[in-house]
Amino acid sequence: MTLLWIPLLPLLGVLVPALTGSRGRLLCTLATACLPAVALALTLSYLPAIEAGNIPRAGLEWVPQIGLDLAFRLDGLSLLFNLLILGIGLLIILYAHYYLDASENYAKFYAYLILFMASMVGIAMADNLLVLWMFWELTSLSSFLLIGFWSHRSEARKGARMAMTVTGAGGLALLAGLLLLGDIVGSLDMQVVLDSGATILADSRYPIMLVLVLLGAFAKSAQFPFHFWLPHAMAAPTPVSAYLHSATMVKAGIFLMARLHPAIAGSELWSAIVTVVGIVTMVYAAWFALIKADLKGILAFSTVSHLGLITVLLGIGSPMAVLAALFHILNHATFKAALFMCSGIIDHEAGTRDLARLGRLAKAMPITCIVMSITGAAMAGFPLLNGFISKEMFFTETLDSQAFGGLSLVLPVLATIGGVLSVAYSIRLVHAVFFAEPRHAPPKAPHEPPHLMRAPSELLATLCILVGLFPAVMATWLLAPAVAAVLLEPLDFHLAIWHGFNLPLAMSVVATLAGLTTYLLHRKIRQFVRDFPPRDASRIFEGVVQTIGDRAERITEWFDNASLQRFMTLLLGASLIAGAVGLARMDALTGAKGNQPVDGVLLVGALLLIFTGIGTAITHRHRLISLLMLSVVGLLVSLTFARFSAPDLALTQLSVEVVTMILLMLALFFLPQKTPRESTPARALRDLLLCMGLGGVIAGLNYTVLTRDTESISQFFLDNSVPGGGGHNVVNVILVDFRGFDTLGEITVLAIAGLAIFKLLNRLRLFMPHSDSEGRIWAPDRYPMILTTISQTVLPLALLVSVFIFLRGHNQPGGGFIAGLITAVGLLLVYMARGVAWTQQRLDFPYQPVAILGVGVAALTGFGSWLFGAPFLTSSFGHFHIPLIGDIELATAMLFDLGVYLAVVGATLMILANLGKVTTPHRPAKEDHDQGSVEQGLHRTAAPSDGKETV
Amino acid sequence: MEMLYAITTGVLAASGLYLMLRGRTFPVVVGLTLLSYATNLFLFSMGGLTAGGSAIIDGKSHYSDPLPQALVLTAIVIGFAMTAFAVILAMRARGDMGNDHVDGRKAEDKEERR
Repeated sequence: MTLLWIPLLPLLGVLVPALTGSRGRLLCTLATACLPAVALALTLSYLPAIEAGNIPRAGLEWVPQIGLDLAFRLDGLSLLFNLLILGIGLLIILYAHYYLDASENYAKFYAYLILFMASMVGIAMADNLLVLWMFWELTSLSSFLLIGFWSHRSEARKGARMAMTVTGAGGLALLAGLLLLGDIVGSLDMQVVLDSGATILADSRYPIMLVLVLLGAFAKSAQFPFHFWLPHAMAAPTPVSAYLHSATMVKAGIFLMARLHPAIAGSELWSAIVTVVGIVTMVYAAWFALIKADLKGILAFSTVSHLGLITVLLGIGSPMAVLAALFHILNHATFKAALFMCSGIIDHEAGTRDLARLGRLAKAMPITCIVMSITGAAMAGFPLLNGFISKEMFFTETLDSQAFGGLSLVLPVLATIGGVLSVAYSIRLVHAVFFAEPRHAPPKAPHEPPHLMRAPSELLATLCILVGLFPAVMATWLLAPAVAAVLLEPLDFHLAIWHGFNLPLAMSVVATLAGLTTYLLHRKIRQFVRDFPPRDASRIFEGVVQTIGDRAERITEWFDNASLQRFMTLLLGASLIAGAVGLARMDALTGAKGNQPVDGVLLVGALLLIFTGIGTAITHRHRLISLLMLSVVGLLVSLTFARFSAPDLALTQLSVEVVTMILLMLALFFLPQKTPRESTPARALRDLLLCMGLGGVIAGLNYTVLTRDTESISQFFLDNSVPGGGGHNVVNVILVDFRGFDTLGEITVLAIAGLAIFKLLNRLRLFMPHSDSEGRIWAPDRYPMILTTISQTVLPLALLVSVFIFLRGHNQPGGGFIAGLITAVGLLLVYMARGVAWTQQRLDFPYQPVAILGVGVAALTGFGSWLFGAPFLTSSFGHFHIPLIGDIELATAMLFDLGVYLAVVGATLMILANLGKVTTPHRPAKEDHDQGSVEQGLHRTAAPSDGKETV
Repeated sequence: MEMLYAITTGVLAASGLYLMLRGRTFPVVVGLTLLSYATNLFLFSMGGLTAGGSAIIDGKSHYSDPLPQALVLTAIVIGFAMTAFAVILAMRARGDMGNDHVDGRKAEDKEERR
């Protein structure tokens, strides 16, 4: 199980910088390096076992239903990559310590870096296709964070977004490919997949799967035509570039191709696609590397080019080609990391990466010059350096390849051209920076960096030489297990510097000489290139992104033109279509239950309802009349409830009706009395047809339900109401007991609505008309005597009635909702008769706490049942004998109902009393001092609020 | 009777929806209220139409369905809260924008936004 710690330790390491970030930079760096170092040591400790031919594997079951196990393996390939990821990662941590400014958030940077490292280790060690994919996506995410680390720069944001889009889209293709692969094999387990190469190649879905997997790999490894994100990712801090583009991120695609090599390679399709894409990428990117003027730009394109080289080798796929590919992965990581670090040092010390402003730095930075010359020569493939050996192997393999059939010469020729360009840009990189005369002076006087900042690149340059001189000693121990992991069998090979005079050597010589010539001519080449308009893939990418955005916006604007009427029309039209389609076969939906007979009262009531309903709509321009019509509708609805055996509903509807009408009347006072004619006849007709259609759908739906036999779950409530809930009024028992939790939610909504209205009315200033729309002055008698007298008489009665209704609610029609509404109506009558000011003096308390108290009481009643070990809102009841009053049945549900009562009273009065205050000089906002004393009944225009908080 | 009930519900809903498609806030609030009446009637009828019964346990066997009643009872109260919120929002919009159009637009920029 120690194996699991290798990916786990870096993952835990993400927290280390966050925890030590405030303890100083040095400590933070050291602490950050600890866990990766341990992981590296652990990896190496498995070397003997791997060399002996074992493959250590470990895993935990995760989602067995889909075959997803959190499984890891450490074979030779994983070992090689772990070494690169963790080893170069440690060097990068050291380098970044000096590279980042003291003012920058280094802890965040390290955290991202370690996250990235952990996800790369996860890819390298994944033993399950889905685990591999998840870490793959994690690298996309963490590289997004790293590339966009300097988020204040537009190019960093753009570069990060582009990398994310391209690699993320590739990741989706890869997911599809891997799932298909898992489906073909029948398992997501890596070992099973690797062992069933023959099955996979024979499957008819193989071509689709291969293309999907390769899309993912090519997008990640920046192969043509997805290469364009990589140069833009250079907006990242240089340590990130050095890490992502030498050893890790872009190698993930290569790794995937190597990892799945036994399973999916070996077909003609594979070698055709992979070889062609690789060689095109190699030459194309090498050309751009030659003409770039930015140090990191050259390195970026050279990276793409070298990745193309490795891809070609994997496409050829012979055992020696695989060996060469793995060897070049190692070599490229070594020299490219060093080159990136050197370019970062130059940028850091000279203040620019522009080749036009750099030159003759050899004197000021002699050691950096040596390091960069060595690693640059390794990149060019000069003898006695590691790059030479792998390049010779590459040339040999291109000569042996049969990928192009009759055109077999094409590959070596293109490979040589790539080699020529590679030599040319490598020479240019070193010569232009260190030896050529600069055209402009650099912004800073260059000097050598701190020694430890140089140390990582010096170490890597030394490795370039050592591997170049003693390839067998330095590299065989690492490469042999890796090759064995890819080929599934050990390969007997010998790495040597000298193979005698042969064709590959001739190709190297040609490449070197021609490369030198090309460099001498490169000014002319660049002049020549400048005549062509830049046709950058990134521009196309940005253009496509822009176009998609514009289109999406246009579509959204069509739907969302900020018009409620448009939304409503679309919504209603859609529901009409959905409903009409559903009701198309109404005959089949209608049940067998016949119509009950209609009596005269019912008919009159229904006709009245229809008449007033339509009347409300027709008279809507005369708002008061429309409102009166509406009140009749409400009253008739209440009678309908009474007619069909729902006394509770009738009572509720009646009291709500009263409150609603008062509210709407009051609101209408502040709003225009008439609606202007705005809709065109065509529009009105359209709306009319739409509504008639919907009305028909609703009526049809209602009718079909009513004619069917009802199999209700209500029998349970009827049976259990008395024995279980202790109440005879089943509706009330359902509300406060069976479905008490719903009711709790509903009174909470009510209280929230009240609070929202309270807030909306805050500091609201409205024009108060002194006359109605016809110009008649409002009645001078503001508080009519009769109303005043009656209201004062009614209030105690109303309160008494509400207590009665409340108490009997459990057994007879009534309950908290109705009692609350009756209390509210009684109080509102006083408000109306006496005015807000008068009532306020006598009833001086805010209603918000009442509403909140109500919700609180109801909730506490629910919690109370916990004290007795029962679930939330369990009720209990019993009969009590109270002297003088007699036997009484009390239930805890009554306490809950009290909460409902309080919430209803509080919320209703919060809404109406606060609205009423708007009509008085004592508005709920601050007092009108700023306006002077304005008498009631005069014109009052909206005054801007002055921003003071109100209490 | 069922047919009559269904037609009434449909008419109320259609009237409410027509008002909700108007361009000024007050008719929309009235329409909303009308629609909630129709919805409540619709919901209420889901237990069937029972005349002469009740949902009080008193030894009789002819009970009306209590469950839709309980649902509609809270729906009425919540409907009130919603109407209140909408109408106060309309008032606030008028106070802040100076007009009572549902989109809060001023009369003069109506043309250009069409």
